[in-house]
Amino acid sequence: MEMEQSGMFMPAQTVGTVLCCICGVAMPPNPANMCVRCLRSRVDITEGLIRHAAIVYCPECHSYLQPPRTWIRGLEPESKELLAFCLRRLRLPQRRIRLVHAEFIWTEPHSKRLRLRLRVQAEALHGAILEQAHMVELTVHDRLCDNCTRAQANPDQWSAVVQLRQLVQHRRTFFYLEQLILRHGAAVRAIRIAEADHGLDFFFGSRSHATKFVDFINGVAPIRFRNDKQLVSHDVKSSIYNYKHTFSVEISPVCREDLICLPPKLANALGNLGPLVLCTRVTNSIALLDPLTLRSAFLDANQYWRAPFKSLLTSRQLVEYIVLDIEVESAEVHIGGSKYVMAHAQVARITDFGKNDTMFTIRTHLGHLLNPGDYALGYDLYSANNNDFDIDQHKNLVLPETILVKKSYQEKQSKKRGKARTWKVKNLNMEVDTTSKGRNDEKRNTEYEEFLRDLEENPEMRFNISLYRNKEYQPSEAASTADGDDIPSIPLEELLADLDLSEDEGNQNGENMDE
Amino acid sequence: MATRVQFENNCEVGVFSKLTNAYCLVAIGGSESFYSVFESELADVIPVVKTSIAGTRIIGRLCAGNKNGLLLPHTTTDQELQHLRNSLPDGVVVQRIDERLSALGNCIACNDHVALTHPDLDRETEELIADVLGVEVFRQTIAGNILVGSYCAFSNKGGLVHPHTSIEDLDELSTLLQVPLVAGTVNRGSEVIASGMTVNDWTAFCGSDTTATELSVIESVFKLRDAQPNIIVDEMRKSLIDSYV
Repeated sequence: MEMEQSGMFMPAQTVGTVLCCICGVAMPPNPANMCVRCLRSRVDITEGLIRHAAIVYCPECHSYLQPPRTWIRGLEPESKELLAFCLRRLRLPQRRIRLVHAEFIWTEPHSKRLRLRLRVQAEALHGAILEQAHMVELTVHDRLCDNCTRAQANPDQWSAVVQLRQLVQHRRTFFYLEQLILRHGAAVRAIRIAEADHGLDFFFGSRSHATKFVDFINGVAPIRFRNDKQLVSHDVKSSIYNYKHTFSVEISPVCREDLICLPPKLANALGNLGPLVLCTRVTNSIALLDPLTLRSAFLDANQYWRAPFKSLLTSRQLVEYIVLDIEVESAEVHIGGSKYVMAHAQVARITDFGKNDTMFTIRTHLGHLLNPGDYALGYDLYSANNNDFDIDQHKNLVLPETILVKKSYQEKQSKKRGKARTWKVKNLNMEVDTTSKGRNDEKRNTEYEEFLRDLEENPEMRFNISLYRNKEYQPSEAASTADGDDIPSIPLEELLADLDLSEDEGNQNGENMDE
Repeated sequence: MATRVQFENNCEVGVFSKLTNAYCLVAIGGSESFYSVFESELADVIPVVKTSIAGTRIIGRLCAGNKNGLLLPHTTTDQELQHLRNSLPDGVVVQRIDERLSALGNCIACNDHVALTHPDLDRETEELIADVLGVEVFRQTIAGNILVGSYCAFSNKGGLVHPHTSIEDLDELSTLLQVPLVAGTVNRGSEVIASGMTVNDWTAFCGSDTTATELSVIESVFKLRDAQPNIIVDEMRKSLIDSYV
């Protein structure tokens, strides 16, 4: 070849014909000097290649076993990956034989046989390379893989549980968390969800799923947690230990709209925040607002749990007031996304109104909402009996008589009671233990109603929650335009169209109107 | 006639024997069967001599000769040289030559008139060949191989060459050698022709692996079917006797 490239004259070389040494047919010479048929009849290059092999398949999870212990999923019948897998199982001698082509021959799926046709090239005698077709039949054996056996043997088998607890008298937090979890899909890997006294239990199949869930909760609520494990079984020979893991998560008992008296140390640390504060928002940190000075502070989970405190009064102790007079005192202040206006107000308890003349003059932070004649909910410190250690700690503390918390739409809402809402929320699939003592269904329902009302009134609470349009809602003939005062309701733009994949209605998902 | 033979279970007959029109050299084998085949075929026509060269048995590949002479490598011992001089007919010149390429059987292929040699052979050796063997010398390659003595075997009637020889090469060689040539194999597809067989004008000996096809090719190209040894040898004897007288 070099001579040709250097320009020298190379005479033409025609290949002559020789006789095959076995059968005498004329053929061009090859290294074996036998015609192809004679060579093929004498030499079998597929000698030593296996013709039958077995592979193991799990019918439950459709995976194939790669010995000794790996199960491979996602191998579709007659796919490239399955072909590669079968070829690996055949253990072709790579030194001697070269694989040129491989394909599946179609077999019935229920025959439990896979057939391959391979074409291999190998060197026959004297260096001639021969190509030959080779058929392999693989028998498919059914066997449940380890995970499926375990799942079949005990379908409720969980190995990690997250126990969420909050030691308060209501379940509002859990209703809210349920919606959050649904929105973010944090509990998709949970095997089972069970309701328990003061909280919820989430059961998971593996510890990592549980850890992920705990991390999610850590990001949305101020929690502290601990992790424990219990030995279930122990394989001595390979030193494998099977545990059941338990994550005990405690959510802080401070809730939104709670009145709190801060312990003196904490009040000092927060810059002498008035010992009485309202909790305005609870996410993974607690937002506190001093209603008398409009100062606010944030406590994050670590700070809270270092020196935990309880609420003085909770929203169950809210009392209804009617506002007699209001005088705005300061300008609008924006704190943490909401605005407040300091005002002086004259209020009277609804129970007192009309019966006696008890009135209170108080300072309130709801100046922007209240007008004379409005109803408001607040804490009645005047008549409350406080048995709190922290209050006693503060010397020379003068308690205001009332602290207003929010505006009440009770009167107007009583008209609307019983009518359906335009929106609805989804629920988690929980197991509820109906036989345990102390369950009060009516109380649950009222609490749930209040939660839904809360959602209506607070746009910031709706931020992380998916609300769906209620198809069953029919607007009543008595139009709501008759109501002069607007009751807070959720605008239509915020609702998501519920994804309906039923085939009979032919309903494809319509617009997904997200905020 | 072509005969199939084995030397101690090995089919490479051309390695262990040298056959010309005037004499035949045979290696010393463990059993006498090899020798007896040659003897039964050739005894009353030409002398069959058992020998070794340089103490080895691969005599066919170490020496080159025709009816006029025999060339031996420089490794031949004096006793072997003397033995050969004594055993061969007087008309045959036995000469030991000094050549770097000592496997003369692999380097030189000859009949009674023409010789093909290895392209790297010395000038003096070439002249010696021309003198001793009385042939015309051509430096050639066969199918790209320089060991012409291994890859072709030819007699005065025809020749067999390496199967991969192209048609142009065949034509060229044929013109040089003035005999018909064919490309073929011996010993069931072996390309090393001269090791697999040894031939003269009326008979040939092939390895026992040679197939019937190969045998028929050999017989047809060397024209062995109707060869009558006596006529050829008588002609030779006449010429030999003439020279004495």
